Amino acid sequence: MSSNPDESGVGVNAGEVLLDAHNVTMQFGGLRAVNDVSLRVHTGEIVGLIGPNGAGKTTFFNCLTGLYKPTAGSVEFLGEPLPPKPRLVVRAGMARTFQNIRLFHNMTAIENVMVGMYSRTQTNAIDAIFRLPRHRREELASTKRAKELLDFVGLTGSGDSLSRNLPYGDQRRLEIARALATDPKLLLLDEPTAGMNPQETRQAEELIFKIRDLGLAILVIEHDMRFIFNLCDRVACLVRGEVLVEGTGKVVQNDPRVIEAYIGAPATEPDWQQPGDRPGEGVADA
Amino acid sequence: MRAIIPDALKLQLRYPARAVGILGALAMAAAVFMPWAYGPGALDNMTLWASPSPLQLFFGVLALLVLALLAIPLVGKPKLGRWAHILAWNTSAKTSAISALAMAGVAAIAIAIELGGVVNLDPGAWVALVGGVLAVTATLFLPDSPPPSLERVKSAKWLQITGIALGMAAVLFGAAYGLGLSDAGAFLTFAAFLVGLVLILRQFGVFDWLSIAAANNRQVLVLSAFTVAFAFPFTQDGSDATMSVAAQVLIFAATALGLNIVVGLVGLLDLGYIAFLGAGAFTAAVLSESAFATIDFHPPFVITVLISGAVASLLGLVIGAPTLRVSGDYLAIVTLAFGEIFRITMNNLDGNDGPNLTHGSNGIPGIPDLSLLGFDFGQPHVILGIDIGRFANYYWLMLLVMGLIIVVFTNLNHSRIGRGWVAIREDELAAEAMGVNTFALKLLAFSGGAFLAGVAGAVKAHYDVSVTPDQYVFLESAFLLAAVVLGGMGTVAGVLIGATILKLLPEKLRFFSDYRLLLFGLLMVVMMRFRPEGIVADERRQLEFHDDSEELADEVEEELIAHHAHLNPDREVFEL
Repeated sequence: MSSNPDESGVGVNAGEVLLDAHNVTMQFGGLRAVNDVSLRVHTGEIVGLIGPNGAGKTTFFNCLTGLYKPTAGSVEFLGEPLPPKPRLVVRAGMARTFQNIRLFHNMTAIENVMVGMYSRTQTNAIDAIFRLPRHRREELASTKRAKELLDFVGLTGSGDSLSRNLPYGDQRRLEIARALATDPKLLLLDEPTAGMNPQETRQAEELIFKIRDLGLAILVIEHDMRFIFNLCDRVACLVRGEVLVEGTGKVVQNDPRVIEAYIGAPATEPDWQQPGDRPGEGVADA
Repeated sequence: MRAIIPDALKLQLRYPARAVGILGALAMAAAVFMPWAYGPGALDNMTLWASPSPLQLFFGVLALLVLALLAIPLVGKPKLGRWAHILAWNTSAKTSAISALAMAGVAAIAIAIELGGVVNLDPGAWVALVGGVLAVTATLFLPDSPPPSLERVKSAKWLQITGIALGMAAVLFGAAYGLGLSDAGAFLTFAAFLVGLVLILRQFGVFDWLSIAAANNRQVLVLSAFTVAFAFPFTQDGSDATMSVAAQVLIFAATALGLNIVVGLVGLLDLGYIAFLGAGAFTAAVLSESAFATIDFHPPFVITVLISGAVASLLGLVIGAPTLRVSGDYLAIVTLAFGEIFRITMNNLDGNDGPNLTHGSNGIPGIPDLSLLGFDFGQPHVILGIDIGRFANYYWLMLLVMGLIIVVFTNLNHSRIGRGWVAIREDELAAEAMGVNTFALKLLAFSGGAFLAGVAGAVKAHYDVSVTPDQYVFLESAFLLAAVVLGGMGTVAGVLIGATILKLLPEKLRFFSDYRLLLFGLLMVVMMRFRPEGIVADERRQLEFHDDSEELADEVEEELIAHHAHLNPDREVFEL
C-alpha cells in the first residue's frame, strides 16, 4: 500500500494506465444511473468500487464491458477506445464475472472454462468437421489450460461435474476460472463474495491476491467492507451515480460523506419538530 | 404402490403372494398353448390348440420371466450368492407381470375389435388375462428389492462386445419382425411386448451395463450399428412395403438431425424448418432430368446435392440474418411465418404470378431415378440371392447421407463451435460476455442445419418422384420438432429413435390415421410429464439425472438454503 497517497490515491507500485474511464454518463430515459464518473485502473492494481444499493456500480460495470454504450463520456482500454461489443471487449483483454452467477449450468465445469477460451482459439467449422490438425491441437491445448485454471482456482477434480451441481462457493470460483480463461489483462468482479460465509470470503480474498500476482489488474464491486479494505489498493465510493470519494481504503473509510451515504447523517433534530412546521399544526393555528 | 400396501403386510404375505404369483405365471404359460381368438383373421392366427403363434410365443417369454423371477429366489439366498443382490428380483417380477398383463390386454382388445366383439375371445386369452391379473396383484404384495447393480459386475471385454452384438442383433430382429407385421393389432401387440421387454431389461440393469460396455467399446458400437442398419434390407427379401417406410424414416431422421443442431444445441425454436427440406427438394427437382424441370441445366447428382444444400443454406442465411436478433417466442413466430411464405411462394411460381419455376401447385412430377456411377437406383438388383428393390437402394443412399450428417453433427458438437452453441443455449448474454461470437454462431447453426436439410431434400425429390408445395406444410415442421423433443434434444441416438417412432406409427397404424394428431399430442404431454429430457438424455443433461449427481444436487440445495438462512442475520454487511 502506498505510504504517500496522492489525492487520487494511486499507489507508488502502480504501473501504466490500463483502463481510463472519462466522465462516463449513462442515462436511461429520465434516470441518470451513472453521472460523470471517471476512474483509472493501472496494471497490477486492485481497485474497489463500493456504494449503497442502486448507486450505479453494476451499470458502470456494464458500461466498461461493452454491455451498455455510455450516453456520454469515453472509456479507453490500453489507450484505445473501448470496442462497442462485449465479445470485442473480451478480445481486447477485459473479462468479468456476474453479480448473480451466470454459469452455463448444463455444461461441465471444464466445458465452462473452455467456452471462456473461445475468443483465443481459431478452430472453424471445417476444422472441426474434418478433425483437421488445428482442431486437435487447439482442443488438446484448451483442455490442458482449462485443467490448469481449475487447479488454480482450487477446483481440482471437479472438471467433469455439471456446473449446476457444484457447491455455491465453487460456482463463484468456476466463474472466475472462466473469466481467466479469456486471458484478460483486467478482471472485473461483480460482488465475488455475495452469499459467502466468512471462511469462503477469506478464500476468495486469497484467490484474488493470487490473480493479482499473475500480473492482472482487478476491479471489484463489493458490499463487504472488511473484505474490500483488506484487498484493495484504492477504493472509489459511488453514490447516486457519482463518485463521492476516491482514495486508499483508509481515506474512504473515514470520510464522513461515505458514512453518511451508508448509514445516514447523525441524528439532528428534524426541522418539523420546530413549532409551526409540523404537518397539520399550522392549520390548527389558523 | 408402496404407499398403498404397508411394508409390514408385505412382509407377512410374502410367501402366499409368491405362491399366487407363480400360479398366475403358470396360467399365463399354459395360455400360450391355447387358442386366443375365434377366427384366424385377428393378429397372427391364434386359433389353434398346442400350436402357438409367434406372438403367443413372445407372450410365453414374458410369462417364463415372471415364473423364473418368482421361483428362483425360492432356492434361498446362500445358493444365489451375490446374485441375490445384483438383480432386483421382486421389482423385476412386478415389472414383468405388468408387462405380460399389458401385452395380453392389448392382444385381447385387438382381437375383440378386429373380430367384432369380446365374444370372439377364446379361453386362452381369458386364461392369460386372469393369470396376468393374479401375477400383478401378487407381485404388488412382494417387498421391494434394492436397485440392481449389474453395471458394477466386472465383465471381460469379449463379454461386453458380445453384449453389444447381441443387443444389435435383437434390434435388427425386432425391426425386421415388427415391420413385417401388416396387421395393426399384431403390430401393437408386438410393440407392447417390446416396450415391456425394454422395461424389464432396464429393471435388470441391463441398459446401465450396456451403456458402460458401449462407452468402453465406442468403435465396436458404431460399427455394429451401421452393420445392422446396412444388413436390414437383406431381412426383407425384396419387400418394397417395409423398405419404402424405412427409407422415409431415414429421410425424416436426417432432416430432424439438422433441426437438432438448431433446436437441441443452440436452443433456437425453428417452426419453419421443413422449408429448407423443400428448398433442397425443389432445387434438385428443377435441376433433374424430369420433362417438367424448368431449368435447362442438369448436372450430375453429386453436384445437384451440393447446389441443393447451398440453396437451402443461403435461404437459411437470408432468413437468419435479420431474424436471429430476436429470440424465443419471436423467433418461433418469424420462422413459422417463413415456412408458410416458402410454401405459398412455391405455389405461386407458376408463370401466372411470377416466373414459372415450380409449375405452381402441380409441382414437378416425373423426376427420374438416380443413377450414380452406372448404378441405376430404379432397377432391382440381386445380391447374395436376395432381391434388393428400388426402395432398398434409396435406403442405402440415405444411410450414407445419414452417416455423413452424424459425423458432421458429432464433430461439431465436440468442438469449440459446439461448446459455443450450448453456451448460447444456456445463457446467451453470459456467452457474449465471455467472448463468444453469438450472432455468427447462431447464423452458422441456422445455415448449417439448413444445408443438411437441403441435402436430405435432394434425395427426397428423387425418392418421391414428384415434388409439390403441399408436401412442405407446417405440420411437417411440427413433426420434425416433435421427433427432436421426443427423442432427446441434442442427441443423435434419441433423435433417430424419435424420428423412427413418429414416422413408423402412422405407417403401421393406418386405421388410426384420423386420430394421429391426437395420439401424438397425448404422447408429447405424457413425455413432458414423465421424461422431459426425451427418450435418450443428452450426456450433458444425463449427468443431472444420474443418482450420484442427484444426491449431490440435493446436498448443494440444502447447503444453499442453510447458507442463506444463517448468512443474512449474522453476516457483517457493513462495518466502518
